[in-house]
Amino acid sequence: MLKLDIFLSALANGLMTGAVYALVALGLTLVYGVLHIINFAHGATLTAAMFAVFVMHSVFKVDPYLAIFILTPLFFGLGYAVQRFVIGPASHGDDSNILLVTLGLSIIIENALLAGFRSDTRSIDVPYGFSVVEVGNLFLSTPKLVAFAASFLVALLLWLLLARTDTGKAIRAVAREKTGAALSGIDVDHIYAVTFGLGAACLAIAACLLMPTFLVNPRIGNAFVLVAFTIVVLGGMGSILGALVGGLIIGVVESLSGLYFGESLGQIGIFLIFILVLLFRPTGLFGAKA
Amino acid sequence: MLEVRDLVAGYGGVPILRGVSLDVKAGEIVAVLGANGVGKTTLNRAVSGLIRPHSGSVIFEGAPVTGHSPTRIVAAGLIHVPEGRKIFPNMSVRENLELGSYRRARANRAANLERAFSIFPRLKERSGQFAGTLSGGEQQMLAIGRGLMAEPKLVIMDEPSLGLSPLLVEEMFGLIARIAGEGLAVMLVEQNVVQSLELASRAYVLENGAVVMSGPADELKRDPRLMKTYLGM
Ligand SMILES: Nc1ncnc2c1ncn2[C@@H]1O[C@H](COP(=O)(O)OP(=O)(O)OP(=O)(O)O)[C@@H](O)[C@H]1O
Ligand SMILES: [Mg+2]
Repeated sequence: MLKLDIFLSALANGLMTGAVYALVALGLTLVYGVLHIINFAHGATLTAAMFAVFVMHSVFKVDPYLAIFILTPLFFGLGYAVQRFVIGPASHGDDSNILLVTLGLSIIIENALLAGFRSDTRSIDVPYGFSVVEVGNLFLSTPKLVAFAASFLVALLLWLLLARTDTGKAIRAVAREKTGAALSGIDVDHIYAVTFGLGAACLAIAACLLMPTFLVNPRIGNAFVLVAFTIVVLGGMGSILGALVGGLIIGVVESLSGLYFGESLGQIGIFLIFILVLLFRPTGLFGAKA
Repeated sequence: MLEVRDLVAGYGGVPILRGVSLDVKAGEIVAVLGANGVGKTTLNRAVSGLIRPHSGSVIFEGAPVTGHSPTRIVAAGLIHVPEGRKIFPNMSVRENLELGSYRRARANRAANLERAFSIFPRLKERSGQFAGTLSGGEQQMLAIGRGLMAEPKLVIMDEPSLGLSPLLVEEMFGLIARIAGEGLAVMLVEQNVVQSLELASRAYVLENGAVVMSGPADELKRDPRLMKTYLGM
């Protein structure tokens, strides 16, 4: 019985962590699906968002969950502006230029954070940081449960946006047929920037959900993005559903392989999956056939 | 309604159009004819803002729109139904049509959707189907339907008969006549000389990036040069 409980608790933990992974992957896969580029600044943006949560909490005494409502619009605006006024103009429509520009951005952000916060690891103290909810025989971390539910909510909202609103339809249109979109009166540059803004907004939310149980240092985002990249490949590049399902799978794999093979080997399971997917199903679970 | 004057345009500094001038008046069907590669699509792209003209001017309803963004040109009511359809393959037929009213006539979307379905009943049957799975003819109907959703004042149609069976070409031209009959101006860009001249009141013939012949369709129909070049007679 004890064994089963341990297994279930590892499973639940994996699902909860996986949902936040999914949120990080959502931003990456959305930008890939529409702009057809890997945003190399994704990790650095997540780090910046986590520091923003840290500063909001330690300087302005704003609870991380409250910070969601401030940082989400802020990061949306930042992402929008960076794509519209920096990446777009600097890349002249050439994809390899966009890659270089986002890579450059990530270096700038990381170094600015290093200069501002040095390489120390920091965390925040919230009263509910260690609180748990009892479900059957399991004790689930409250902030992780909140993160799980909130990540699903965000994925649902994102899906509704894409499926039901004109802006969302325009995003899907631009993703596949730029010229047709422009001739329907869709401002392609605006839609690119909105998409980039949505990616950054997802990261802001992920940061607010992570900080109550996590720590931050100027390189933390990279670890997440490696995982997120695996999720995007597993779920299918550009697929929202794929990011969600892939995130949960990766979270569970990490947690269970940590349980059975030891903490330090938890990540190996992830990279094994990464390589297996690339070998046997390069389009991912929900990816379009090439 | 549309006045194109001395338009020079091309790609990467190389001019393809070498000073094209033409007019489309309100309610008129004007054919722009020419063989492969003479610059018909380049003309459409320059007029609708997809490429920036090197020189010359495009005037729509008395106001210059030269070099404006496609967004502004669509907003003004000049709609370009492009060669190759350029529909959104990953979206349903209905969503494709809805996006036609993204910039213009959004308030009348529901009514215009019904109108598009009444003109193209086949689209109604397939309204939930992914546009990428439609047949070529259906995709062409969808592209035109999407254009109509914006309540255009003038439509540019780039080779609407391309890749269609003779029977379907007949049907397509009939539909274009019907659409134009409702009072909207059509610039019909085609290689299908005979049928286009049946439909149009006037026509321009492009060769090598310039207008080489123009006039009333009836006269051009009898022009021996046109017959010789395009019909091998
Ligand atoms: N994106 C582009 N870059 C460079 N050259 C181009 C581009 N598009 C078209 N061209 C060239 O411009 C010329 C005119 O092309 P355009 O598409 O305007 O011809 P068209 O009259 O529409 O021909 P068709 O009847 O085959 O569609 C061609 O020589 C073509 O190779
Ligand atoms: Mg053409």
